[in-house]
Amino acid sequence: MSVDAATVRRIARLARIALPEADVPAMQGEINAILGFVEQLGEVDVEGVEPMTSVTPMALKMRDDVVTAGGEADRVTKNAPQSEDHYFLVPKVVE
Amino acid sequence: MTDLTALTLDDARKGLASGAFTAVELAEAHLKAIEAARALNAYVLETPEQALAMAKASDERRKKGEAGRLEGIPLGIKDLYATEGVRTTACSKILGNFVPPYESTVTKQLWRDGAVMLGKLNNDEFAMGSSNETSAFGPVVNPILPANWSEEQARAALAGNKQGLLVPGGSSGGSSAAVAAHLCLGATATDTGGSIRQPAAFTGTVGIKPTYGRCSRWGIVAFASSLDQAGPIAKTVKDCAALMTSMAGHDPMDSTSVDMPVPDYEAAVGRSVKGLTIGIPREYRVEGMPEEIEALWKKGAEMLKAAGANIVDISLPHTKYALPAYYIVAPAEASSNLARYDGVRYGLRVPGKDIIDLYEKTRAEGFGREVKRRIMIGTYVLSAGYYDAYYLRAQKIRTLIKRDFEEVYAKGVHAVLTPATPSAAFGIGEKGSADPVEMYLNDIFTVTVNMAGLPGLALPGGVDSKGLPLGLQLIGRPFDEETLFSLGQVIEDQAGRVMAKRWW
Repeated sequence: MSVDAATVRRIARLARIALPEADVPAMQGEINAILGFVEQLGEVDVEGVEPMTSVTPMALKMRDDVVTAGGEADRVTKNAPQSEDHYFLVPKVVE
Repeated sequence: MTDLTALTLDDARKGLASGAFTAVELAEAHLKAIEAARALNAYVLETPEQALAMAKASDERRKKGEAGRLEGIPLGIKDLYATEGVRTTACSKILGNFVPPYESTVTKQLWRDGAVMLGKLNNDEFAMGSSNETSAFGPVVNPILPANWSEEQARAALAGNKQGLLVPGGSSGGSSAAVAAHLCLGATATDTGGSIRQPAAFTGTVGIKPTYGRCSRWGIVAFASSLDQAGPIAKTVKDCAALMTSMAGHDPMDSTSVDMPVPDYEAAVGRSVKGLTIGIPREYRVEGMPEEIEALWKKGAEMLKAAGANIVDISLPHTKYALPAYYIVAPAEASSNLARYDGVRYGLRVPGKDIIDLYEKTRAEGFGREVKRRIMIGTYVLSAGYYDAYYLRAQKIRTLIKRDFEEVYAKGVHAVLTPATPSAAFGIGEKGSADPVEMYLNDIFTVTVNMAGLPGLALPGGVDSKGLPLGLQLIGRPFDEETLFSLGQVIEDQAGRVMAKRWW
């Protein structure tokens, strides 16, 4: 399988990465090189094989449903590019 | 006074214990060496004040008789590990000047045992790369001289465009270069597809990727969560075992970390390997593999045989599918993990006309080319209509890869011996510019281990025809790192250590 230029633009949009039109052909070529490389997986018989969900046999641990952390708004927002009164600032989302 | 940076971690420990030198003197010697080696670009951030303060505190603890396992040992920390109050970037522009308000569990445990932080080490951006050339801070230079190069020639290249000098491997290229160049006594690293073992092989150092779940991933920048593991790179097998003992352990903050006691890995170093069965997988004899790699592999098997191990031929039939399956699974997980870098909560922000525009511009500006490509591949293989054909199939193949190992271990094989890489270190700027797959092939021997969640140790096995170090890899049963350390010591005893000459 290979991707066309329109698909590359669509993937970039889904991934939220602005891709200038001039970069589309090169990205398309690189993605297709990788898709070409993984194509050989098609020859493996995977009939009846369970997909891996956990590489080590391990039951997910549970803990008591209690508050264990919080009240750290200062530390949480400290690295924000823009914040005010412990809120992250973003461009207007709702009109 | 002897050069304190030339010591192994274990020797330095003995010197500190006997009072031959102090932790402050040891840290000072390393800080001086780091300053003189800036051109190698191994460190992206030096923390001399913190190092000296930690060393001073260590000397005081020792005076009080409270010395830990790594008391006073200066280490370099891969910039993927969150260090409280110290800039952590994953060597990406998108993290900008991120200063974590918390410490990763693994580094916390190292400081608990007395270690001293020298600074943060360079790596491929978000650990995506095999040569450290994708770092936003630029490439790292391997302290191993290129074949037939004079020191003058290397110094001239180092001052210029660095072309022709060797890469230190990746993604933990800063870690491997710093250890090989004596800029720390050991380093933390991470391994998602070979990022500890391939750099170790390229620099003549020793590195182990532990079993998945052995070390906590909490506070380490996530790349592909089902494959990522923390581990050390060090000068010797014993040093590596000492660091592992400190880094491993259960952590309630990482639900995939296992609640199993941590053995004293150092006790396994020097243990007899007599009677152990070592598998040689025929599928690792790949097309076009240089004869010298084949010869190195044979030599490694002979070394283990000489120490009393039994060598048997085995088959791991799905080996060739590990790398292509990895290039579906790892980008898929990366595309999900890296969704958090959106210009809102931390790091770089590029303003936009609306929120989507802000996301898109920030991510376009903040991520490098390799990272963008992997996010896009991951987005594609997880998108509607392609999920079954790519992602689900890759996860089924992962089950088959793991089953291959389970079957040979069930037949009595204790560990598997393979070459660590298909070649010695290559030159800066030499690979992967046109076809990304060319670079990916570096991980052909290491990536199976991540896919199966197993431990893998890489260490020097010999040199190629041009005199460059070549690494061997030992793959173990789940949670049996101890056997790898025992076998590794046997190889180190016979193959010897690689010592880089100081030419920079």
